[in-house]
Amino acid sequence: MSPQTVFAPWEDPASKPLIRFYGVTKRFGDFTAIDNIDLDIFEREFFALLGPSGCGKTTLMRMLAGFETPTEGTIWLDGRDIGPVPPNKRATNMMFQSYALFPHLNVRDNIAFGLRREGKPKDAIAARVDEMLRLVQLQKFAGRKPHQISGGQRQRVALARCLAKAPRLLLLDEPLGALDRKLREETQFELMDIQEKTGTTFVIVTHDQEEAMTVASRVAVMDHGKLVQVATPDVIYEAPVSTYVADFIGDVNILPGRIAAQDGTRVTIDWAEGQPAIAARTRLALAPGSAAYFAIRPEKIAISAARPEGAANAVAGKVLDIAYLGNISTYHVELPGGQVIKAQSANTDRIAAREFTWEDAAWLSWTDAAGVVLDR
Amino acid sequence: MRRFSWINATSLTLGFAFLYLPMLILIVYSFNASKLVTVWAGFSTRWYGELLRNDAFLGAAWVTLKVAVLSSTLATILGTMAAHVLVRGGRFAGRTLFSGMIYAPLVMPEVITGLSLLLLFIGIGLDRGIVTIVLAHTTFSMCYVSVVVSSRLVSFDRALEEAALDLGCTPFQAFRLVTLPIIAPAVISGWLLAFTLSLDDLVIASFVTGPSATTLPMKIWSSVRLGVSPEINALSTLLIGIVTLGVITASLVSKRAIASRQRDEQAAQQT
Repeated sequence: MSPQTVFAPWEDPASKPLIRFYGVTKRFGDFTAIDNIDLDIFEREFFALLGPSGCGKTTLMRMLAGFETPTEGTIWLDGRDIGPVPPNKRATNMMFQSYALFPHLNVRDNIAFGLRREGKPKDAIAARVDEMLRLVQLQKFAGRKPHQISGGQRQRVALARCLAKAPRLLLLDEPLGALDRKLREETQFELMDIQEKTGTTFVIVTHDQEEAMTVASRVAVMDHGKLVQVATPDVIYEAPVSTYVADFIGDVNILPGRIAAQDGTRVTIDWAEGQPAIAARTRLALAPGSAAYFAIRPEKIAISAARPEGAANAVAGKVLDIAYLGNISTYHVELPGGQVIKAQSANTDRIAAREFTWEDAAWLSWTDAAGVVLDR
Repeated sequence: MRRFSWINATSLTLGFAFLYLPMLILIVYSFNASKLVTVWAGFSTRWYGELLRNDAFLGAAWVTLKVAVLSSTLATILGTMAAHVLVRGGRFAGRTLFSGMIYAPLVMPEVITGLSLLLLFIGIGLDRGIVTIVLAHTTFSMCYVSVVVSSRLVSFDRALEEAALDLGCTPFQAFRLVTLPIIAPAVISGWLLAFTLSLDDLVIASFVTGPSATTLPMKIWSSVRLGVSPEINALSTLLIGIVTLGVITASLVSKRAIASRQRDEQAAQQT
């Protein structure tokens, strides 16, 4: 194997996945929670399952933990079919959304709980618990009961408890959902740090796209029990495969239209009466006249008072709304046809220097490589 | 705050007089020095002393205690198991029917319960005595236990059991190390409830007992037929005391559990 500078085992055909979902389907009565999923997750990955509630991401994780069994298909961990293995015999540990700390045990006993079940010698357990307490910086709170510590501390106890057994795979079910924003951001970095230190494979379930983008090496976007796209965060953001993914991750303008012409990677899209066709680039082969969507992120659209020179795409409109967020501003610009396009720009100047305000005419422009052409 | 009117005061007095006057009279007369129950002849604890020397009563008390401890313990084990299956067993055929049926003995006339048990014991040829009373009491008190325990289990976070399994517990270990310690207050108050029910019971015990075993309520009932003695009053007063103690303890245990749970939840919300 050649020395890798970038961690990307999914691109190396020789690397063996730690987890392999093989045609997995899960039904609850008539409801199909997971619909024929194939998925590989590799060792040391920080893998995020992302989707709205009810998309099946939690069911997928619970199947890894052993709380649900697939209706069809098999799940392999370390080259072994784990279908018949009960949760207590699996080399996986899970951090629950509610943390599920045992209220009758103190922090130390909570962390030691899993180790005691293995029947390890007492001093080995004590040493391991101390190590875990150090890792999550809770040495001072070892004697406290879960209800005597703060939410953030509880979250760390839960993490220490499931890391204590040094699992092959750690499952995190919305681990930061109960924390406030600032603490959540701090903890995201802490999680990444711990994941790197311990070298454990993490699978995280979240509905927070920012969280998934921040922590994960790869993100799987799910919808109605299916994997819509599995890719690194930057690919998910810059090259979504469908309008669903584009819309779910971040802010986006989606302009429906029809293919006017295609020449190699260059494509033009008719999208509105009286507006010039959008010039874009794509690798898809699209028949002229077929329906297509042009998706473009607001920050990739420039806004100016005068018509920009030499822009591949430029449209004129009227500023409808300005959302001032301090570091950036988002402009809602209404075109003559009634469409509203969002453009974002960094406030590099003081706000007083802005060229336009509400109801002013403004030009929007973007390059031909700024957006994505989607066929669904 | 509304003013406490005289109408409220009257209805409260009337209601409580209706409930507790008979018992109050009984307790007062248990301290009567006279042998005649209806004639007050001054305060005395004489009958309590007599009671302690009455072997028949003491024997009956001993039987009652044994029956109550054994049957409430059995009922607690069975009732907790039933509650666990009904709340946690997942979906299985007839679950709703079973959940409904667990409550049926609560409303079943005692005479019918007693009679059917008697027929059963005769049918299988079991000698009637302490064993049959214990079995009978277990039968009717286990549904009370399972009602108390299942109401606690319903609000129990399922993830706690799953976490225990995930950390390497067998399902039984998960129950013993995690579920049971957390629901212990409900189990204890269930036990106390079963204990008091067994202590009180006259009808079912009379049906299923044999000549060898007489419980205290049965003894009291048969003695009263020969005339009420001050000794019976003293005994009944003691019984009232024990039952009151049991009920108060049970409610205190569950109240404390609820209070501590609320405290935990509040603490969880604040942080």
